[in-house]
Amino acid sequence: MKRLRGLFLLALLVVVLPILFPDNYYVTVVAVSAALHAILAVGLNLLMGYAGLISLGHAAFFGVGAYTSAIITTRFDLNPWLAMAAGILLTGCIAFIMARPILRLKGHYLAMATLGLGMIVQIVLVQAEGLTGGPDGLGGIPPLSLFGWEVDSDLRWYMVMSTVMLLVVWLALNLIDSRSGRALRALHGSEVAAEMMGIDTTATKTGVFVIAAISASLAGSLFAHQQAFISPDSFSFFFSIELVTMVVLGGMASTFGAVFGAFVLTFLPELLVVFEDYEVMIFGAILMLMMIFLPQGLFVGLQGLLRRLLQQRAPARLPAPAEEDKHGAA
Amino acid sequence: MNIRKTLSALAVSALMGLSATQAIAADSIKIGSFLAVTGPASFLGDPELKTLQMYIEKINAKGGVNGKQLELVHYDTSGKAKEAVGFAKRLIKKDRVDLIVGGSTSGSTLAVIPLVEKDRIPFISLAGSVKIIDPVKKWVFKVPHTDRMAAAKIFEDMKKRGIKRIALISGSGGFGKSGRAQVLALAPKQGIEVVADESYGAKDTDMTAQLTKIRNTDAQAILCFGFGTGPAIVTKNVRQLGIKLPLYQSHGVASKKFIELAGESAEGVRLPASALLVADKLPASDPQKPLLMAYKDRFETKYGPVSTFGGHAYDGLMIAVQAIERAGSTDKAKVRDQIEQTKGFIGTGGIFNMSPKDHLGLDLSAFKMLEIKNGDWTIVK
Amino acid sequence: MADQILQFLLTGITVGATYALVALGFAIIYNASDVVNFAQGEFVMIGAMSAVALSAGDNGLPMPVALLLAVLITVCVGVLLQRFAIAPARGASVVTTIIITIGASIFLRGVALLVWGKDIFALPAFSGEQPIHIGQATLLPQNLWVMGGTGVMVLGVHWFFSHTAVGKAVLACSCNRTAAHLMGINVGLMMLIAYGLSAFLGAMAGVLVAPITFTSYDAGVMLGLKGFSAAILGGMGNPMGAVAGGLLLGLIESLSAGLISSGYKDAIGFVILLLVLFFRPSGLFGRASVERV
Repeated sequence: MKRLRGLFLLALLVVVLPILFPDNYYVTVVAVSAALHAILAVGLNLLMGYAGLISLGHAAFFGVGAYTSAIITTRFDLNPWLAMAAGILLTGCIAFIMARPILRLKGHYLAMATLGLGMIVQIVLVQAEGLTGGPDGLGGIPPLSLFGWEVDSDLRWYMVMSTVMLLVVWLALNLIDSRSGRALRALHGSEVAAEMMGIDTTATKTGVFVIAAISASLAGSLFAHQQAFISPDSFSFFFSIELVTMVVLGGMASTFGAVFGAFVLTFLPELLVVFEDYEVMIFGAILMLMMIFLPQGLFVGLQGLLRRLLQQRAPARLPAPAEEDKHGAA
Repeated sequence: MNIRKTLSALAVSALMGLSATQAIAADSIKIGSFLAVTGPASFLGDPELKTLQMYIEKINAKGGVNGKQLELVHYDTSGKAKEAVGFAKRLIKKDRVDLIVGGSTSGSTLAVIPLVEKDRIPFISLAGSVKIIDPVKKWVFKVPHTDRMAAAKIFEDMKKRGIKRIALISGSGGFGKSGRAQVLALAPKQGIEVVADESYGAKDTDMTAQLTKIRNTDAQAILCFGFGTGPAIVTKNVRQLGIKLPLYQSHGVASKKFIELAGESAEGVRLPASALLVADKLPASDPQKPLLMAYKDRFETKYGPVSTFGGHAYDGLMIAVQAIERAGSTDKAKVRDQIEQTKGFIGTGGIFNMSPKDHLGLDLSAFKMLEIKNGDWTIVK
Repeated sequence: MADQILQFLLTGITVGATYALVALGFAIIYNASDVVNFAQGEFVMIGAMSAVALSAGDNGLPMPVALLLAVLITVCVGVLLQRFAIAPARGASVVTTIIITIGASIFLRGVALLVWGKDIFALPAFSGEQPIHIGQATLLPQNLWVMGGTGVMVLGVHWFFSHTAVGKAVLACSCNRTAAHLMGINVGLMMLIAYGLSAFLGAMAGVLVAPITFTSYDAGVMLGLKGFSAAILGGMGNPMGAVAGGLLLGLIESLSAGLISSGYKDAIGFVILLLVLFFRPSGLFGRASVERV
């Protein structure tokens, strides 16, 4: 159960926050976006942090999920849950087909290929007006409802989004500790060595690519229903970059790092808003500085710092190293 | 006894202090705004923000509205729809503004419509697309002319010149796409055939390939729908390729910057725009003239050449202020009703007459057809 | 039809020449330090914007002086970027360096926004705007400047790396840093030279195209993306491959705009790029990389 300590802590935070600060903008609005970003970042982290595969086009899968939900519910009046499943199926298929040729590529070539994939999806969303509504977007997306319980207020979205986030985190933690998770981490260490150990590297890579895509699609469907309106610029290259930044900033190969990164990058612009024209420059500078001085990411970096502080305070009682750290070392 | 007195005195003063702070908070009227102040659409958002700030300052100096000061809360969307939704939420839930005047681009306006409808807050949009007010949404108004009106005005001028076949080239952003859709929908009704339908990307640097294709059609005129660098590059490329056809631009380039960028190539280009650009050339009898001259002077002495986009912010703000004055409060439902009853308001974009069926209230006469001659705007008679 | 094709080709080469210069900048930095510099597009923007700022107005500098200073400013920015953002993060992973350079590009854009504002600017053409006719097709004198300038710089870079001691030393660092260091090569200095050279190429691209394409504080984003695509298409480790990739990308775009669909021309470019990568995972002219186990 120690493995899930972090998850319980996160769950506790999720429950306590709205009780302590009811009707607070940062809790009921910003935290909802942060939870959405966390779902995306945790999925992407499986791909980037654990399998070592970079993706600069993750927003594409997010977009395909969102648009599938939007189109099916507005044009064909079908049930949102059915639409969500359709989105997951479609993105899963796209990811499965693209995985083989794309994942053969390495380093910057892989980055380029995923970037290209993202750009193509974005251009199609803009150009195929008949289906997607073009740059003006698609509106009138109905809210989700669960056995008659309509998700139509900020607080309810907070509950739904954070529950899904906790679920995704839990699944990710379990996956990493499973047999395939170990295969995944072996892959990151050395692909050749992993193959020698009898791991089917292609299947493992394809699997994680599809899982990352599916989680993005799920997030996309939620996003579409929450916003009630979507347009292509929410799924642009810049958002893909933002997601990668969340994963790296939080600390690669750490699920909680990804969650942390998502929260930091969602709250940071909210706080920087007051700087107006200076915002862009300050944001860029913070990004650079954090990566230069904490290349392992904020979460891992701060964890290390905290541990050292604790050790200085109480040298006799060494705190047990957190489970996450082992993955970090893997 | 004494203690009890002191305590009750404390309690009373505390209560009074509390209500005093509330009174201060309630003493100002909060106007929320989200604009594309940076990013590709900054030529819209930048003059809009400057105009809002300038006029709110002026109104406050004169004692405010209904005895209360105006307070502007604004955020920069950098032209992104998703940011716009976030900031609209922030305006409504955190800053608790009384109404919203903003949304530089159609994309960001359309994105926040579900939100303002749900939270019932009056919203005056500064964006162009006809979709914003057609069909009519209860809480949503807009002040700039629609892209459908721009297309209609251009067709009117084309028919006068006997042009029947046109080539269309549009930007792939929201403005260009939406304009393209209106042109394609309206053309058959006006007896005009669109013989070429090309597009270009927002950051494209050369449109000669598309224009070469257009050159080989039998079009009698070229119509370009877009904003930013695109239309200026199209204009230059048309001249470079030696195409002699009349070139029409949309109201998206209605600022001096376009003439500066396109240089000599801009000579003879026609576009529909509000009278603000040619304020000094209007006859003295024009009812809009005094206002236009005043706005132009005020803006130009402070910031430089005026564009029609800042004018939209003036119209939006003034319609809102007058509605609040007539409503006598900031009650959202009352203010909304009063905005809808705006009649005969003289703005920079024209004379507004809103109704429950028309949340814009402008007709085609609000547009002037302009031609660029000797590096300046002239009115086409 | 034939004259249309000729125009498409000329357009493609002009646009492609710009991509080629940006791609060359990518390739040089990648070769020297294994870093993909996503701030390369910002070099182009800084070059163009400083040229505009220095030459504008009544007290503006004469054009040649302004251009020279603009290029110098950009080179300084490149060197500072290496010294203060890339060098301290040596040994960081591919993704970390990507984020650092993306951070740098956002930062530079932010600074440009504060210094020069949000407006779009044009630089006057170097030698008039009278179109030159080649058959039915036309070119602007500035197009020739872009093509010629690119040609000269590509040859110059080629000569630098194959015939000068400094150029060879930079290459040596890219092959094996430690060995180069042991040979007495000042690795740090070589890195500064590589970034300076890259910034120089970016700035030159900026001032050459600004009269045609205009410039603004955010003009570098798209150029950076296209330049990166071109460099990958040609093969990242091969500077001449990057140039070929740039020209090819320009041609693909203008031919697809002219012959297939102007709305999907960028998508077609990316599809072709993906197909190339599927069959040649190291780009058209890249060497297949040997992976160390």
